Amino acid sequence: MKKPVNYSGRRKFLKNLSLFAVGSLALSGCGQVTMKEFLQKNFRTLSKKEKDDIIKALEKKYTAKYGKEFHVTDEPAADGVEFGYALDLSRCIGCRRCVYACVKENNQSRDPQIQYIQVLQMEKEKGIDFAHSDVHYNPELVPEEGYFYVPVQCQQCRNPQCTEVCPVKATWQEPDGVVVVDYNWCIGCRYCMAACPYGARHFNWGEPYIPAAEINPETHYLGNRPRMKGVVEKCTFCIKRVRDGKYPACVEICPVGARKFGNLLDPESEIRYILANKRVLVLKQELNTQPRFYYFFGV
Amino acid sequence: MKDIFKTLFKIHSLLFLSVSIIIISCNDTPEVYNLGQTVTSPLEGAANKSHEEIAVSPPPFSDGIFPCNDCHAFQKPNPVRRTLTWHEDITEIFNHDSKNRWCLDCHDLNNRDSLRLASGKLLDFKESYKLCGQCHGDKLRDWKVGVHGKRTGYWNGPKQYYLCVSCHNPHSPKFKPIKPEPPPFREDEQIK
Repeated sequence: MKKPVNYSGRRKFLKNLSLFAVGSLALSGCGQVTMKEFLQKNFRTLSKKEKDDIIKALEKKYTAKYGKEFHVTDEPAADGVEFGYALDLSRCIGCRRCVYACVKENNQSRDPQIQYIQVLQMEKEKGIDFAHSDVHYNPELVPEEGYFYVPVQCQQCRNPQCTEVCPVKATWQEPDGVVVVDYNWCIGCRYCMAACPYGARHFNWGEPYIPAAEINPETHYLGNRPRMKGVVEKCTFCIKRVRDGKYPACVEICPVGARKFGNLLDPESEIRYILANKRVLVLKQELNTQPRFYYFFGV
Repeated sequence: MKDIFKTLFKIHSLLFLSVSIIIISCNDTPEVYNLGQTVTSPLEGAANKSHEEIAVSPPPFSDGIFPCNDCHAFQKPNPVRRTLTWHEDITEIFNHDSKNRWCLDCHDLNNRDSLRLASGKLLDFKESYKLCGQCHGDKLRDWKVGVHGKRTGYWNGPKQYYLCVSCHNPHSPKFKPIKPEPPPFREDEQIK
């Protein structure tokens, strides 16, 4: 009997070859992402061992790239903590110190430029009116007569629409209320940016550039570690700092003390005092996003 | 035998003395006005939260002005309200209810190294917030709970308060306008 010719060997080989070609093509477009990183699972499904390995590899990679000893942590949320923020509209003078303190702390790309905080200048006569606000104001001195200032950043909503629309669950709300992004899982579809009513999410259209001298080597995996091209990033209340017990960078820099931060579950915290004693508002209340970021009038 | 009792008694009394010294030294009230001590350990503040202790930054004296008694000790105190021919840097900018007030409403006539409350009580410069609070009571109340003014340190632990005078010039307290940081790039500026 004649043995049938077996084509499957060649067919299989060709199929695998084409898969390999497509795979390597995809990877080559990702620049600095290694095969291991490409195949990495969603952060929330990783075991302790896998996380530790990934973090060790990242620290090595960043240290080599920026020539500084890098630390990456995955410090989880503490029990009994829910972060809240309050900003005193009667004090803010629109000096933008917070914007740049944030950029520095959170390793945002300098070029193309990404800034988590947008300070909106509004006319006192019009009140809070986004349509007529200006983010590009640039006078010699601030505050200007007849204007007030509304800094806007991630409002860390209790009902976040950005996490709802993410098709791959690359962004979620942590138990302490901070909405974070797994940069390695993000596919860059930018649905979350379309969903956010506060313009608080930012996309890395280009390879992020940060001068090595200005890089902050103390980082959190879900926060200020260096990002890659093609992923979305956002304010995390300085997750690295606040999980260590410190105030966010924008709170510490504010020259007029307009920014307040604390634990909403602690009745003794300054944030609870503000909610109990001051006139408080949230932005776009009608959208039912339920922000943890409050604006208040201190006087 | 008697000797043994004697030495035992000596040892005991020595022990008692040293223990009591240790106890006394531990009971010393800590110096709250200290920058270095206040912001040190994270995440343990919840346990030792104390509303009594107010750790403030040091008063921002201009160079060489303090202690005032270096000069004033040799001058005869003059309580008559007048325009000074000295301290021009202060008299030029003085704008703090200047119609009704002058130096000796806050500074003590006889001891210039002290501030003076309306009650006549002398006050250290480190506690100047109490003097401000005489008129600005609502601000003092908000400052004490961390709502007016600025705190740094730990949100759930030791914090450092800034004094009123760290931000407000006590002789001209209204905030002066400052230069803003540069605005963000416009979108068309980003496209290369």
